Amino acid sequence: MTATPETTTRPDRQRRQTEFEDNDQKPVGHGRMLRKEDPRLVRGRGRFVDDVQLPGMLHLAILRSPVAHARIVSIDTSAAQAHPKVKLVVTGEMLAEKGLAWMPTLSNDVQAVLATDKVRFQGQEVAFVVAEDRYSARDALELIDVEYDELPAVVDARRALDPSMPVIRDDLEGRTDNHLFDWETGDAEATEAVFARADVVVTEDIVYPRVHPAPMETAAAVADYDRVDGKLTLWSTSQAPHAHRTLYAIVAGLPEHKIRVIAPDIGGGFGGKVPIYPGYVCAIVASLLLGVPVKWAEDRTENLTSGSFARDYIMRGEIAATKEGKILAIRTHVLADHGAFNGQASPSKYPAGFFGVFTGSYDIEAAYAKVTAVYTNKAPGGVAYACSFRITEAVHLVERLVTSLALEMGIDQAELRLRNLIKPEQFPYETKTGWVYDSGNYEATLRESMRIAGYEELLAEREEKRARGELMGIGVSFFTEAVGAGPRKNMDILGLGMADGCELRIHPTGKAVVRLSVKTQGQGHETTFAQIVAEEIGIPPEDIDVVHGDTDNTPFGLGTYGSRSTPVSGAAAALVARKVRDKAQLIASSMLEVSVADLEWTKGSFHVKGDPSAAVTIQDIAMRAHGAGDLPDGMEGGLEAQICYNPENLTYPNGAYICVVDVDRGTGEVKVRRFIAVDDCGTRINPMIIEGQVHGGLVDGLGMALMEIIEFDESGNCLGGSFMDYLIPTALECPDWETGFTVTPSPHHPIGAKGVGESATVGSPPAFVNAVVDALHPLGIRNIDMPMTPSRVWDAIQGHPRPPV
Amino acid sequence: MQVTMTVNGTEVTEDIEPRTLLVHFLRDTLGLTGTHWGCDTSNCGVCVVWVDEQPVKSCTMLAAMAGGKAVRTVEDLERDGVLDSVQQGFMECHGLQCGYCTPGMMMTGRWLLDHNPDPTEQEIREAISGQICRCTGYSTIVRSIRWAATQGQGSPVTHTTETAGTPS
Repeated sequence: MTATPETTTRPDRQRRQTEFEDNDQKPVGHGRMLRKEDPRLVRGRGRFVDDVQLPGMLHLAILRSPVAHARIVSIDTSAAQAHPKVKLVVTGEMLAEKGLAWMPTLSNDVQAVLATDKVRFQGQEVAFVVAEDRYSARDALELIDVEYDELPAVVDARRALDPSMPVIRDDLEGRTDNHLFDWETGDAEATEAVFARADVVVTEDIVYPRVHPAPMETAAAVADYDRVDGKLTLWSTSQAPHAHRTLYAIVAGLPEHKIRVIAPDIGGGFGGKVPIYPGYVCAIVASLLLGVPVKWAEDRTENLTSGSFARDYIMRGEIAATKEGKILAIRTHVLADHGAFNGQASPSKYPAGFFGVFTGSYDIEAAYAKVTAVYTNKAPGGVAYACSFRITEAVHLVERLVTSLALEMGIDQAELRLRNLIKPEQFPYETKTGWVYDSGNYEATLRESMRIAGYEELLAEREEKRARGELMGIGVSFFTEAVGAGPRKNMDILGLGMADGCELRIHPTGKAVVRLSVKTQGQGHETTFAQIVAEEIGIPPEDIDVVHGDTDNTPFGLGTYGSRSTPVSGAAAALVARKVRDKAQLIASSMLEVSVADLEWTKGSFHVKGDPSAAVTIQDIAMRAHGAGDLPDGMEGGLEAQICYNPENLTYPNGAYICVVDVDRGTGEVKVRRFIAVDDCGTRINPMIIEGQVHGGLVDGLGMALMEIIEFDESGNCLGGSFMDYLIPTALECPDWETGFTVTPSPHHPIGAKGVGESATVGSPPAFVNAVVDALHPLGIRNIDMPMTPSRVWDAIQGHPRPPV
Repeated sequence: MQVTMTVNGTEVTEDIEPRTLLVHFLRDTLGLTGTHWGCDTSNCGVCVVWVDEQPVKSCTMLAAMAGGKAVRTVEDLERDGVLDSVQQGFMECHGLQCGYCTPGMMMTGRWLLDHNPDPTEQEIREAISGQICRCTGYSTIVRSIRWAATQGQGSPVTHTTETAGTPS
């Protein structure tokens, strides 16, 4: 194996995980393996949706609302239709005639494909044009004349329920206000009782602002409807091609077997490519009407203003403790801004996602949360940007509260956590909100991060700097995620169970193809899943092709989001390989003329116990399975299997993060000097890919903590509609991330893996904020909201902290 | 209008609309889809190509402005079946995940190494600071370019296909 060169020789940045299994150098199955995706991607030979060029293909562009809330008085498309290169102009009214003006969202709401009665957010889809080329389609948008009767916009979620506010969703029968849902968990009375006897209670108002996943590739689709065989092929930027296919069957009324969804290479998703966007449906409608392929590719402004947002939770959190620093209870009230349509993609029975894990990693006596969700005149979305179904918000709340408590009581942040973490012997641990954490070794994980950080030395350095008047801060967070949704007994999306299928075929010469229901957007499925199967079946991973992202060629499953690929589909891959191996063992017993019980499996072959020379390899067995020789009585030929995996429980990755910042007292600028992330994602499959997933989450966290926000003015105009306004970290703002790990396998996952795709996005934001708060605490500051821009930090230093809009 | 330029060593002449952006000319007219389109505001850099040996953001340059010039794209990094050391470095050091920003990052990385064969980490970070990667957090991109630097200036390396050992 080729080792990764270290960019630094600083000893504190060297990996030192001698206490834990280090599979960096272990040959595959589980170990560092270069990615099978990369040879095409580094040559510029990836195939992204906008790369798809079909003969006769036309281009679609969407006219979007310039205002946040208005009645549509009239739409005149005559000038656009007269454009010489325009082939089709469609409005909401025309879609309504075909019953296609509205589509279901993943949360049992409906969303307008094209507006008919009103526009409800700036950037909403109003009409589309199909033309010969992408520039002409854009030109023709300028020729459509829409008359709007503007209405007051509901921008501030805090005021959405005021009786004076206009009703945004008057399309819904009987709707008289902007209330979406109330949801609660835990025991309010028991929690109140504990708070009443607590020695210390700390309360914080914490805003998790609206942000955007902003993958580098925007959303796009190419729809190709073949009128002869009645089949629709749709290339689209989808994280969940099978779920999309089923929904298209429901929305468009096409038979499901006549729809093929292909998600080719995807340029990042982060949850933003889970929903079905109106643009996809428009492209389908256009191809149905015209009988030729139609491409839609949104630009960055469309992506940022109309695509799926994330977060937008306004939280009041309270934490109660004894005077010795034992955390007793946590409670919170949340106001959730869902925008104009409830488009979040949470399991049906979880309207606030998995926010219920807000009790964090601590053994406490009582907990209660209430979430009130409202409609506003903003873009829909809600579960995106690697949030693990609202766990990001939950972890931020509890980890901010714990550090606030630590500062209030004068106890070190890490020490307070060590006193309260769930102990290894308490697993499986049922929380006060009913979640059963599968496994963890929390104290060891936190101590590992402290060791890598050199925590004691950092504390000493901070004191020295404070004495000199410098603002250095250390932030600690410890997160527990719930990923791998989910057990079908209580999790579904629009009635579709959250299971995943996997099919494995061994070819006669012993090479293999594995077909997945999940879909990479950069996570490296083609590599990781080959490794999982290789470990189980003994065929080298380079001899295993991974097929995914094509509904005609893969088994059904709900797709890749919520860190569910490895916990769900990874389990399916391991189990399907074991199923094939079981059959191989029967064939081997026939070939070696011994009983099954007399066979042992090692390194891709079965041999007779006590006689390693009497052996057949999996390749020998594959040829026998497909060949003319005898097979055991009653056995069919071939060597393949398919399963659908229904997880027994979620998996619970966890980790300890430490952030070190320096704050410029004069400018308010925050410099992240170091960041140490120790993750426990259970059994590690490819350490290189895991490290990459963690790094990516950390830069997400840094972005949200320091610069990213989608704000609106009082009229509902989006103020973050381009990369000039919506700031994303570059290489200059990021430190060289320091990572470590512990390994506590999941007891119920076939290989003990837990998932890691969102861990750092979930766990890191509170570490950044806790570090800045720690730096500013000598000035009397205990809370600061994200994004911690220089101006917001400077205001806080001046004694005028202000929350984001 | 008619435009003539050299793209990856080959002269091309095409009839285009004067407003055609270089990125769309490369992708849609020539079919060189390795160069990507990401933001329209020169912020993200997924569209970086070389024009007369200088990295430029091809979403904010008209194809007409490249008339008479030499354009180099990611498709030209591999020569005679041998990957550029920057390409190899990105594979060795996990410098890419989704691969969308990667062509632009590699074009900048190659340009940097041609002008500064032994850059420091900070010099690499500054060189790619006009480009955004949403997946990697940049550390592995920095490592990838450093890896290429250790292979010597501009000298292609043998493309190894080694991926893994035998199953355990």
